[in-house]
Amino acid sequence: MFKPRSEAARGYALSSPATAYVGFLVAAPLVILITYSFWTQTYVTLDKTPTLGNYRAALSDPLVHHLMLRSIWIAGAVTLATVVLAYPIAYFIAMKARRKTIWLLLITIPFWSSYLLRVFAWKLILGFNGVMNSALLGLGLIDEPLDFLLYNEFAVVLTLAHAWAPFAILPIYVSLQKIDPSLLEAATDLGNSPLQRFLRVTLPLTVPGIIAASLIIFVPTVGDYVTPALVGGSDGKMIANLIQVQFGAANNWPLGATLSLLAMMSVGFVAIVFVIAGRGLGGRIR
Amino acid sequence: MKRPSLLVIYAFAYLIFLYLPVMFLPLFSFNSGTIVAFPIKGWTLDWYRKLGEQDTLIQALWNSLGVGAVTALLATAMGLFAARAFVRYRFRGQAAAEGLVMLPLVIPGIIVASSMLVLFLFLGLQPSLVTVTLGHTFLALPFAVSILKSAFDDFDASLEEASYDLGCGVFETFRRVTLPVVAPGIVASILVTFTVSFDEFVLAFFLSGNQPTLPVYIWSQIRFPAKLPNVLALGSILLFASAMLLVLAKYFQRRSTTRDV
Repeated sequence: MFKPRSEAARGYALSSPATAYVGFLVAAPLVILITYSFWTQTYVTLDKTPTLGNYRAALSDPLVHHLMLRSIWIAGAVTLATVVLAYPIAYFIAMKARRKTIWLLLITIPFWSSYLLRVFAWKLILGFNGVMNSALLGLGLIDEPLDFLLYNEFAVVLTLAHAWAPFAILPIYVSLQKIDPSLLEAATDLGNSPLQRFLRVTLPLTVPGIIAASLIIFVPTVGDYVTPALVGGSDGKMIANLIQVQFGAANNWPLGATLSLLAMMSVGFVAIVFVIAGRGLGGRIR
Repeated sequence: MKRPSLLVIYAFAYLIFLYLPVMFLPLFSFNSGTIVAFPIKGWTLDWYRKLGEQDTLIQALWNSLGVGAVTALLATAMGLFAARAFVRYRFRGQAAAEGLVMLPLVIPGIIVASSMLVLFLFLGLQPSLVTVTLGHTFLALPFAVSILKSAFDDFDASLEEASYDLGCGVFETFRRVTLPVVAPGIVASILVTFTVSFDEFVLAFFLSGNQPTLPVYIWSQIRFPAKLPNVLALGSILLFASAMLLVLAKYFQRRSTTRDV
């Protein structure tokens, strides 16, 4: 008869290919990036004498400051816009909609289309001679094309808020689903108006979902490359664009590695502050 | 008749916001004019016809299909074992292991891309379709694990015990009991991970060297206004293909697992 090994041993054995693969591809590049960040490169020669020069150069460069702050502020604006726009729809699907599966499917389908193509679609829509301007001109609503639509921070925020929408809806939907309906009934029985009930019961109980949604959107958005490159123009460039230049045209990998690490640390710092602040705010009924 | 509430109106407006931008790609791909603006000059299928004549595009398509297929198999195989371990067994450090596997979802793309480029060159692997595949497998793994976890969730462990009791070995039990029950989950995982790879751009941009995948090819064409109609036609086909793959994946994911063993 078959004799099973211990549960834990089988668990480790079965999960190890996946964890080892991800673990290796997270840890090894990190070690190499850190190593690179202490080297210097001039054109093709790599100087392996350890130095803090890259960090000094990056931290004292106003361009780096500027791009880093802008990346964080754009990602913050995108997160806020996406979560605020997504909350009502998550609420609708969780509490009101009769065909939840169909709605969830409808919400997720656009996410599976190529990210590059969705961003590209916005470039076509917002362009000076683009879809939006030509439609408005044709309808006689404007006399000349609007030039503030494309190549700025607004275009970046709009495009990213559109691209990340499903990621905000799903976690909030899950946290709404978890609410015990008897709590809502109790609030009504105790004389709360629907608005009071929402603010005192529903909203605080969905804070974990809101935090999850915010992190899922904020962290990758800070390092987004495609959107600023396509619709950001020179006013909408972000830190990822600078990192790409270091690994590409500028061919300064040590500086690129330094910038990657600094970006990761900034994102991590902001995310941790956010989670701590969020934990203090919600999760229980007021 | 009840008046639709504000929330319902908002829900439909939101759907329009989600779908409308993407719909302009197919719409203008049939436009005979080369400028993407209203009014539409006339309707044509020329841009689609011309796609077949471009050798670099065809090559990029094959590259993408190959990378996607291998990625789907690798990610689904690793995901299958991991998902089974996470659902079926309890072990120390399990939460950490599950978190680790989900990590690729939340690391900014540019950081994954740049650090993998550095790693692969350090290991002596030149940028090629092989490095893209390794990178895509990393990105696709969380999707495979979460889909397969829900497949194993629906799986009644007593079926396996019954099989052992009836004298089947580990492999026979897996083949005759476990595999048929989770098969729809496996198919869903393969379809989804393939789509993830097929649409991915940033990693491929860094890691593909001189072997562009389809998104990298599109990126190289976007800069030239004259190539725009081509990109629109190609993009529309991709949108359609991705949507079909996803609907198919959802179908398999939802398929009842209470079938005959």
